Amino acid sequence: MLEKTGVPAREQVEAVKPTQERLAKGPVAIVECFQEIPCDPCYTACKREAFLPFEDINDLPQTDFEKCNGCGICIGACPGLAIFIVDESYADHEALIMIPWEFLPVPAEGSIVQGLNREGEAVAEVKVKDVRSAGKNKKTSIITLIVPKEFAHDIRSIKV
Amino acid sequence: MDKAEILVIGSGPAGLKAALSAAEQGAEVTLVERDPFLGGQLVKQTHMFFGSKEQYAAERGFKIAEKLSREVEAHPGIRVLCDTTALGYYDDGVVSLEVKGRFATVKPQSLIMATGAQENTLMFPNCDLPGVYGAGAVQTLMNVHGIIPGKRVAMVGAGNIGVIVSYQLLQAGVEVPAIVEALPHIGAYHVHASKVRRMGVPIYTSHTVLSAHGKDSLEKITMVAIDQDRQPVAGTEQELDVDVLCIAVGLTPLTEILFQAGCKMVYIPELGGHVAMRSDTLETSVPNIFVCGDVGGIEEASAAMVEGSIAGLTAARNFGYGKDSYEDQLAAARRELDSLRSGPVGEKIRSGLKRLSSFGEVTQ
Amino acid sequence: MRIQNHPILDFKKGAKVNFTFDGVKVEGYEGEPIAAALHAAGVRVLSHSRNYKRPRGFWCAIGNCSSCNMRVNGVPNVRTCVEPLQDGMIVETQEGKGKIGGVCDG
Repeated sequence: MLEKTGVPAREQVEAVKPTQERLAKGPVAIVECFQEIPCDPCYTACKREAFLPFEDINDLPQTDFEKCNGCGICIGACPGLAIFIVDESYADHEALIMIPWEFLPVPAEGSIVQGLNREGEAVAEVKVKDVRSAGKNKKTSIITLIVPKEFAHDIRSIKV
Repeated sequence: MDKAEILVIGSGPAGLKAALSAAEQGAEVTLVERDPFLGGQLVKQTHMFFGSKEQYAAERGFKIAEKLSREVEAHPGIRVLCDTTALGYYDDGVVSLEVKGRFATVKPQSLIMATGAQENTLMFPNCDLPGVYGAGAVQTLMNVHGIIPGKRVAMVGAGNIGVIVSYQLLQAGVEVPAIVEALPHIGAYHVHASKVRRMGVPIYTSHTVLSAHGKDSLEKITMVAIDQDRQPVAGTEQELDVDVLCIAVGLTPLTEILFQAGCKMVYIPELGGHVAMRSDTLETSVPNIFVCGDVGGIEEASAAMVEGSIAGLTAARNFGYGKDSYEDQLAAARRELDSLRSGPVGEKIRSGLKRLSSFGEVTQ
Repeated sequence: MRIQNHPILDFKKGAKVNFTFDGVKVEGYEGEPIAAALHAAGVRVLSHSRNYKRPRGFWCAIGNCSSCNMRVNGVPNVRTCVEPLQDGMIVETQEGKGKIGGVCDG
């Protein structure tokens, strides 16, 4: 699936998800990196050591979800733009997600945009809660979206 | 006739690193680049690089180019000649150059070839129509000169270049209705593919372009599914209105000068074509001629930088520079290179290098 | 068409200059390749092939392939993808292999 279409299979996505218990506690990083490539900036970016040490640079990232507080610094460090933050503790029926964004326009805080799934299909209208830079000279924006909870693990992009 | 201790041809990631490593050991380096600016193809790369800190991971390619170019320009041991094309290599070791439109010659004691690669083409009816462009051309037009190649651009090739340039087209505000790939799977890093997919760009694996259409320039393409034998499947033809078709079907090393210099060359498909046989310190069969980067085999820029360091260090060492630190620095670079190539995505380069070594060892 | 805003890149441009393409006045920026300025102005056909007179545009844009050869200030076979634009240049579609001086007749 992934190697034919660019869309990861449901099982792959499920396999990197934290437990429901951890998700309910608050923001946490989900790393959708399913292929061993020589790359380790996520590991070096995290100051809380929430990524387990890489024995080999080709290792897949392993997250210690208990150490991760969902700060999102790894989002802008990931060259593959494959890290997202999900916060299911935000509200009863809504979750927050943080996604990387490298396009124009950058949506305005408070605006309503289309939430796209991993295939680029619009699945829900979502509200932009916050827009910030991924860091000095980074040029990547990190966008926090308020999404219906049932789409917290589907929406991974937006259409502004 | 000019003299040079070490002449580096090409200022992409490999050439910049080769010049720097040799100069840092104390060697006198002349670096020639045919463009008016340093950086080679790095200057067109807007995405963050993979790899590790040592290869500037998580920094964007054009930023790496800026950083290395500044270091090279500031180094007193490096003479930089931009707007300078290396034209040929002669029996007596003389390299001819066109320096800003004027003919010149230089006789280097050591030559580091970092000439990179050129893009492959693809044959189909009307493939010569204006609007059918190489992916590198599209990157140049768009990311160097700030001009979009067209309004709707289809991409041929789902390797790293095809998928990355598709993403860059989206960043420039261009619509990308299809990425067409003849192989049954995506060759690019999957994270790159997922980035364009979630922006709504479909990737058609096991598909190819049957023909292009247009009067004076491209207006439309016909794409088709292909079977296991790469034959078109009848009835699967689809027409797509596009004004540009971008071709990203691989690269071939730019080896003319290596042939002229009499380096032993062998054809290694996994490395992209003819490449020079070389020692494990990248010295070819002609003493003091080195290869690094894509000219020695098509690979990622991160590996090219490490190869540049190995070639630069060794070329300098051959003249007695940095003898004391050489072994340690070489070992560190080798470790970096081995780890970059060690994973599943390094399989192709590993098998290419294995095939290359099966032709025998290079001894000077 | 020129990119006005880009999420990652800033473009430095030279001074605005005028040149002619087949006698028609065109605007571009000094120092950018001739073929880039033409492309920005919507010109994609740069020459015609020698035998079959087929239209040719650029292909590699880095001076390798010769697909963009044009006549510039009367000189044929100029690689317009790498030749910097200057004010007042006379750029013409090249027919075939071009001819030095006079009319290029392939």
